[in-house]
Amino acid sequence: MKIPLKYSLRSLWTRRLTTVLTMIGIALVVFVFAAVLMMAHGLQKTLVATGSDDNMIVLRKSASGEITSIIGREEAAIITSLPQVARLPDGKALASGEVVVIVNLQYVGTEGYANIMVRGVSPEASLLRPQARLTSGRLFRFGSREVIVGSSVARRFQGAGLGERIKFGGDLWEIVGIFDTEGSGFDSEIWGDGDQLGQAFERSVFSTVTVRLTSAAQRQEFLTAFEADRRLQTLEAKPEKQFYEEQSELMAMFIRILGIAITVIFSVGAIIGAMITMYAAVSNRTVEIGTLRSLGFRRRSVLSAFLVESFLLSMLGGLAGLLLASILQFFSVSMINFASFSEIAFSFALSPEIILMSLLFAVIMGIVGGFLPAVRAARLDILSALRAA
Amino acid sequence: MRVMKLIIKNMLRHKLRTFLTVVGIAIAVMAFGLIRTVITAWYAGVEASAANRLITRHAVSFIFPLPLAYESRIEKVPGINLVTYANWFGGVYIDKDQFFARIAVDAEHYFDVYPELIVPQDQLATFKRERNACIIGSQIAERYNLKIGDIMPIEGDIYPGRWEFVVRGIYKPRDKGTDPSNMIFHWQYLEERMKEEAPVRSGQVGWYVIKINNPAEDAQVSRQVDDLFANSPAETKTETEKAFQQGFMASAGAIITAINLISFIVIGIIMLVLGNTMIMAARERVREYAVLKTLGFSTWHLVGLIAGESLAISTLGGAIGLAVTFPLTAAFAEALPKGWFPVFNVEPITIVLAGSAAILVGVIASVFPIQRALGTSIVEGLRQAG
Repeated sequence: MKIPLKYSLRSLWTRRLTTVLTMIGIALVVFVFAAVLMMAHGLQKTLVATGSDDNMIVLRKSASGEITSIIGREEAAIITSLPQVARLPDGKALASGEVVVIVNLQYVGTEGYANIMVRGVSPEASLLRPQARLTSGRLFRFGSREVIVGSSVARRFQGAGLGERIKFGGDLWEIVGIFDTEGSGFDSEIWGDGDQLGQAFERSVFSTVTVRLTSAAQRQEFLTAFEADRRLQTLEAKPEKQFYEEQSELMAMFIRILGIAITVIFSVGAIIGAMITMYAAVSNRTVEIGTLRSLGFRRRSVLSAFLVESFLLSMLGGLAGLLLASILQFFSVSMINFASFSEIAFSFALSPEIILMSLLFAVIMGIVGGFLPAVRAARLDILSALRAA
Repeated sequence: MRVMKLIIKNMLRHKLRTFLTVVGIAIAVMAFGLIRTVITAWYAGVEASAANRLITRHAVSFIFPLPLAYESRIEKVPGINLVTYANWFGGVYIDKDQFFARIAVDAEHYFDVYPELIVPQDQLATFKRERNACIIGSQIAERYNLKIGDIMPIEGDIYPGRWEFVVRGIYKPRDKGTDPSNMIFHWQYLEERMKEEAPVRSGQVGWYVIKINNPAEDAQVSRQVDDLFANSPAETKTETEKAFQQGFMASAGAIITAINLISFIVIGIIMLVLGNTMIMAARERVREYAVLKTLGFSTWHLVGLIAGESLAISTLGGAIGLAVTFPLTAAFAEALPKGWFPVFNVEPITIVLAGSAAILVGVIASVFPIQRALGTSIVEGLRQAG
């Protein structure tokens, strides 16, 4: 015969304070666990969204990021003339040779500065990155000293709003538009005319070249043609998505290593907390357990009743922790991306896997913590248990 | 003394529970120590900066170079003792996962401005003589098993092509916070090659390092330097080395705040574990406290009894946790990819913080049980069946 669920619920209720304390302990651990995963997931989501499937990006082989890459104009011309590159009706290649530099901007409201990437693009760039939409203002005119800024730059930095002017490269650049790319890394950038920016920064070469392939299926052929060309030997082509994923690897790994180390340590702490609570629950109720047993409940039933109790405890804690963590989704954080030396903004992102893993984690903590005490309860001898009072 | 004995007896009543609580606290203190160490390691660059050094870089951002010609103009600013310069070289050594700074410096003065990089006199002299020589940090020498006379081939990215450097010196860090993982070579070597291969890029330096006579004059000297180049094509931004390092870290601020927050959550968790144990103990002992009161023990005895037990458990746990923090951080540093944190030490402040947190928690965790014990009248307590 099974001990009714109500018994376990009532037991938790009777010792409210201890229950709540244990629950908070588990909730905090789950909160940290979920928050760390959400942060790593958010960062990767942002950077991966920055790439698109049928785009290829070309960099110098030894370059660790766009900022340290150099591609000559002749090399760029060879790349864009490869047959797998998509073309516009007028025969122009669907490609953008880009000049990437970094400028310093000051945060709104604080003393701190951050490095922001400025990307000089070709007129075809907007076709390569259709996810970029103007939310206000207009596109910069090619041939003029105008720029558009990403939504996260406009929001967070001084003098980066619509209609303002930013000073760099020996000139003032008017901000004529704000664009948004639905949370990709481009939101942390400033875009302008590549020729104008190149002139201003005295750069006659490109940093990277991005091309659209006629179809994603052409990727292998493009790579073969690329590698076969001796003039392109110091360069390297990668699917855009893969490139941005690699860019995020370092930081995501750091977050994960630290996060896992902390949560493993934490979870041991929480398991111990649950264990203390459940041992106390058992010893407080020795007589009660004896009574249950003499009423005819089997050892197995007692064991499962106590396990159910710790399961409920951990589930409540897990849900509370997740609820707390889900609030984080409204926050966006920024960090320096060491691969590009510039700042990238992203938000905490929750995914079904994270929810599942967090709850599983909570339940495992509860069961592991509750198991030994439950075994002790089940093994109590009826007579001595009844005598314990 | 008798109270002491009672405290110990009380602790030993539920050996398992006390043991679990001590372990719980030890673990939390350990986590706290690890997290704080990560934070201090993050700011190692800021901490290691000297008060008498200013950094002058391009006003737009650090990736733009400044003309070499600025050197002689900066030197004339009053209050300046020495000016030197450096370029970020970057490049790839072995593969892209080897993180350490590779910089081209003004061989003549760089080590005078950075006295914390200790190079033996004879090695420094050889280094200064040979154009393709480099000096590496002791950590780099150890990590790649490099000896004096070895060749370091590096594939350039910012400065394309293959570069070879001969190790002519190995520096030792003077302080625990000094970065032992730099690779330093002649700016002149870079310059010669740039003159041949990319003349537009010759005569450029990444940043100037200025040693000033009086650290108190930093703001004034910085302004004077920046005024020299105002409205020129390459305007400068001069700030203290500390501010420069902090600028790099500003973007990571949010992450550091998050990690910081977590470290306080840890303290919250210790408090919960210990608080729970103490509340349980008090609940079981209501009757006993009533007996003690009847026997004439004063309120203060009870307070001492409960707070003493709580403190004893928390300090024991704290001490064990701190002891384990050292091997744990060492293991964590091993688990990280090499070179992420060139400086990764448990700082004295971390130990102080963790220790005081444990004690504080011990005190706070006893508040509630004490309140309960004192609030219960003797008759009420005696009536309780435990």
